[in-house]
Amino acid sequence: MTYRKKTESKKGRANHIRISPQEKILHAVNIALLTSIMFVCVYPFWYVIIGSFSSADAISAGVFLWPVNFTVHTYQEIFKKGDIGHAFLISVCRVVSGTVLCLFCCTFFAYLMTRREMLGRKFVYRFIIATMYVNAGLIPWYLTMKMYGLRNNFLVYILPGAMNAYFIILIKTFIEQLPPSLEESAALDGAGFFQVYRSIILPLSKPVIATCAVYISVGQWNAWQDNYFLVTDTRLQTVQLILYNYLHEAEQLASSMRSGMVTENAANMISPAGVRMAITVITVFPILCVYPSLQKYFAKGIMMGAVKG
Amino acid sequence: MQEYSVMDEGIVPSKWNARTRRGLKYLLIALPFMVLAAAFYYVPLFSWAYAFFKYQLGHPITDMPFVGLANFRKLLAQWQEVARVLRNTLAMSFLNILCTPLPMIFAIMLNEVHHARYKKFIQTATTLPNFISWFIVYELASAIFSSGGLIAVIQGRFGNVQTGTDILGNNDIVWIFQLLLGIWKGLGWQAIIYLAAISGIDQELYDAARVDGADKMRTIMHVTVPGLMPTFMVLLLLQVSNLLNNGLDQYFVFYNPSVADKIEVLDYYVYKIGILVNDYSYSIVLGMFKTLISVLLLFSVNGISKKVRGESIV
Repeated sequence: MTYRKKTESKKGRANHIRISPQEKILHAVNIALLTSIMFVCVYPFWYVIIGSFSSADAISAGVFLWPVNFTVHTYQEIFKKGDIGHAFLISVCRVVSGTVLCLFCCTFFAYLMTRREMLGRKFVYRFIIATMYVNAGLIPWYLTMKMYGLRNNFLVYILPGAMNAYFIILIKTFIEQLPPSLEESAALDGAGFFQVYRSIILPLSKPVIATCAVYISVGQWNAWQDNYFLVTDTRLQTVQLILYNYLHEAEQLASSMRSGMVTENAANMISPAGVRMAITVITVFPILCVYPSLQKYFAKGIMMGAVKG
Repeated sequence: MQEYSVMDEGIVPSKWNARTRRGLKYLLIALPFMVLAAAFYYVPLFSWAYAFFKYQLGHPITDMPFVGLANFRKLLAQWQEVARVLRNTLAMSFLNILCTPLPMIFAIMLNEVHHARYKKFIQTATTLPNFISWFIVYELASAIFSSGGLIAVIQGRFGNVQTGTDILGNNDIVWIFQLLLGIWKGLGWQAIIYLAAISGIDQELYDAARVDGADKMRTIMHVTVPGLMPTFMVLLLLQVSNLLNNGLDQYFVFYNPSVADKIEVLDYYVYKIGILVNDYSYSIVLGMFKTLISVLLLFSVNGISKKVRGESIV
């Protein structure tokens, strides 16, 4: 451990603890293994990025480290088609509104659950927690959404996930370990239930709220089932579904190429592979951007969950 | 309460009333949230009733012919098909269960990296795949493994173009391939929980091991691994309780006709029967079985956990 290394460097050989050559080899092997695992995790992303900036012939001839015959033509074609920009907007809208709504519901409800005076508190809490284990299945879910009139309705993206038992548990656990004196003194100052929530609980719960916000927004960004099964209106399509559609279009394009029916210019300008790579980059771009700076929140979230057990 | 009311009869009952009133107020505030949760988690359960009818689109349930257990009998009649799907489901689940130690091993390896920034860097890079959708995973995989992908290009460079096979359509290696994709996506992420557990291990145990002359490997085997066992057991049990829940996403995106035989897991089958074949009632029956068995598994696993470890996991 780091402790050992410190003593080592301080006292050098005089210390009776030394790193044997065997351990040195072990350490080198370890680093090498981890580095290759890291490479395997990151390289596919890199490959798709450089592929999307390379020409069609270059992709089929092989690009490995840097874009070959650098071109932004594929991106131009995609943005010319226009639907990706709109889908991007819809995705951003669903991420923002879905996250805000879910955060409001979960924090408010979690705070409510810390009020011991509440009638039937145990039952209400269990009623919500049990939703984690109740899963009616795909068709029942589909039929119910249809019944509510959520087909081709933006609300289908944000309403169903608004109450999330897991986040409620996290937030409730967090609120419970806040010093109760703060709340009490605020109450003595005449702050009501809602005021305490707004000016005491929300500001103090920032760490857990940030963690949940990050989880919810990534989930919202990646969600596709609601779009795929319930939204056929192209004006409401999200980026994930556009990605899926292009994937199928690209396959059609490829198959029609095999049967020799494709128009010349499509084959020369952009290959299906290039289009798919570019769309992939556009879809994954927001995550690649925000992810490294938010990583600590992810780690925090899973540890909070672990504490709960 | 009794004592107080003797002392001051006027104030205390109203105080008690205020408390009840407040409790009631909180309950009323909670009500809309409960309705919201019920609407999206519990109400769909009523659709299970369709399992006993012949579902007809656009008709109210009162107009649908009641067929009793016919949809359940279908399950037995098509047992061969169901058995194949169950085989795929269990194969994927068991392979995944066999791989549960991997994140733990990865965390231990990562913990041995002393250079803090490099460690952080590896961690950031390896957790990234967890945050992308399966669509993206599919796109990445097909960019590399499909017949025109990177692997094929490399094979072509070495001159064996004819062997440039489409790995995504190779029926013989579907399970292993899907398993590897799952590991690729989840390894770094699942390791975080073990890293947290490692930092919770008592430092004195390491000191004691060193005083006893244990080398690195022995310290890991006798201090770190035992320290991680409780976490490992919880995650393992949770995975066992999810035996039938492989999720739809992965198998939906990687489905193609040439691997259909081995990639159709229960979640996919429920989707296929319901959405593609349009047999709603039978799909609901399949979903019911899946949910009921899962809940049963969860309870039994929880029971085992209570008995063995003295605490529940849910």
